[in-house]
Amino acid sequence: MLLAIDTSAGTSVAVVDRDRGIIAERASADTRGHAEIIGTYIDECLRESGVAIAALSGVVAGMGPGPFTGLRVGIAAARAFALGAGKPVVRVVSHDAIAFAEYGSVQRPASSTEPLLVVTDARRREVYWSAYEGTDAAGLPQRVGPAGLCVPADLERAVPDYSRYRRLDASTVSAGAMGMLAEALFVAGEPFADAQPLYLRSPDVTVSAGPKRVS
Amino acid sequence: MSDAQAPGPLVLGIETSCDETGIGIVRGTTLLANVISSSMDEHARYGGVVPEIAARAHLDALEPAITAAVAEAGIHLTDVDAIAVTSGPGLAGALMVGVGAAKALAVALDKPLYAVNHLVGHVGADVLRDDGTELELPTVALLVSGGHTSLLLVRDLVTDVELLGETIDDAAGEAFDKVARLLGLPYPGGPEIDRAAVGGDPGAIRFPRGLSHQKDMAAHRYDFSFSGLKTAVARWVEQKRDSGDEVPLADVAASFREAVADILITKAVAACRDLGVPRLLLGGGVVANARVRQLAQERCDAEGIALRIPPLSLCTDNGAMIAAIASQLIAAGHPPSGLAFSADSTLPVTTIQG
Ligand SMILES: [Zn+2]
Repeated sequence: MLLAIDTSAGTSVAVVDRDRGIIAERASADTRGHAEIIGTYIDECLRESGVAIAALSGVVAGMGPGPFTGLRVGIAAARAFALGAGKPVVRVVSHDAIAFAEYGSVQRPASSTEPLLVVTDARRREVYWSAYEGTDAAGLPQRVGPAGLCVPADLERAVPDYSRYRRLDASTVSAGAMGMLAEALFVAGEPFADAQPLYLRSPDVTVSAGPKRVS
Repeated sequence: MSDAQAPGPLVLGIETSCDETGIGIVRGTTLLANVISSSMDEHARYGGVVPEIAARAHLDALEPAITAAVAEAGIHLTDVDAIAVTSGPGLAGALMVGVGAAKALAVALDKPLYAVNHLVGHVGADVLRDDGTELELPTVALLVSGGHTSLLLVRDLVTDVELLGETIDDAAGEAFDKVARLLGLPYPGGPEIDRAAVGGDPGAIRFPRGLSHQKDMAAHRYDFSFSGLKTAVARWVEQKRDSGDEVPLADVAASFREAVADILITKAVAACRDLGVPRLLLGGGVVANARVRQLAQERCDAEGIALRIPPLSLCTDNGAMIAAIASQLIAAGHPPSGLAFSADSTLPVTTIQG
């Protein structure tokens, strides 16, 4: 059983089990209140699921891509929870969870060959995108390269063979789907995501040329 | 009795309001661990704290800092009685990292969580001193750092803190950074200005003392302003350079530093006198400045004011001071904050528990 946390879009928390599926889930599409509601969501999911913390085998962190302020809250919470509970953290690319849910039921992953383009809001009039070539036999989405960032008007140019893909604009990420994807990755022996959050943007600062004159 | 068995609740405090990731562990008023991971070096090339860089650094530093603090305190994480976290004021994105982590940690450990005001935390740091002296109240507190310049009246650490005044523009620490920059000195400016001021004449140039004129005193008696001072230094230096003269760096640095120290201590001492409170406590990173400490000591001695300065490791932002306030809240019977509070970048100092 896993506790899954994602704040790459809104806030989503779930407790999942490989066999029982999504046991409890809380989600909010609010793109600002991550730090406010995350504790309550974790607490409620654990209570509703009836799963003891000791019975969890790990914590899943959604690594984005996502706008940085919010994205960090979920990753920080996942790491801190795991530390307190003495459990490992595994990481999943948030877009992969969207694709996983889209390709089949998270309970019974289906195999698909349909090219899929997942697009989410990156704020500042930009979007994050990830392209998928369908799934493998186990229903795990096959992403083509890393996620990208661009202005919406540039998507057709940024995504190679754009017209092949069915485009899916998503505004939420389900932590339940993410948790089930983590379970499936574990069963298949597939790797989890890297430890670095997928901000895809540098901190926007410029080194100034020097002090400006005042007189 | 070893420190780990000292009386009082065992509290782990998390501080992420600016560029320091601070994890402190206290039992009652006994300091067990004070681990600070700073992202200062990453901000150096920008001449000031870049909020996004600070927030990213907090995310990376939190887990190792908690692990290090637990080891330093010689406890197990599951031993703690409560978790405390800074909920404001501070940089919004930075605060959120600590708040998100603290909430998850509290749920995982099934322990109560206390949201604490950062500025009150600076005052609370004093209870962790191990020199056998106790913080006497009421006291005036002058908190000066790169993020804040505030004058408080503290009647009770957990129920009664009043804001007397604060900066209306730059924080004093920011003024040090900006003036260092225009003098061609690196970041952070405080220690650089100190170094440059060696041998300089603090009376060489009379730089302005912000909000000290009669006309400002009615509305801003205990408020501070440093942007005019920064501009005055810039103008003075430009005129020197324009006329082809060499800028007397030591004199400029010493005179600037004197202006900052003078206005800070003048207003703090005036507050003590006006309010009949013969006690002044200093806090915040600018306390590291020797001239500020020295001037405070001279003026307080002359006025019969007892001056308290916590050790520097407790003056700069740290998690131990946050844990210390939570420990006081617990001792006073205050209920925990629950899980629904938000990170509030402008949390007023009167809200001691967020
Ligand atoms: Zn501070």
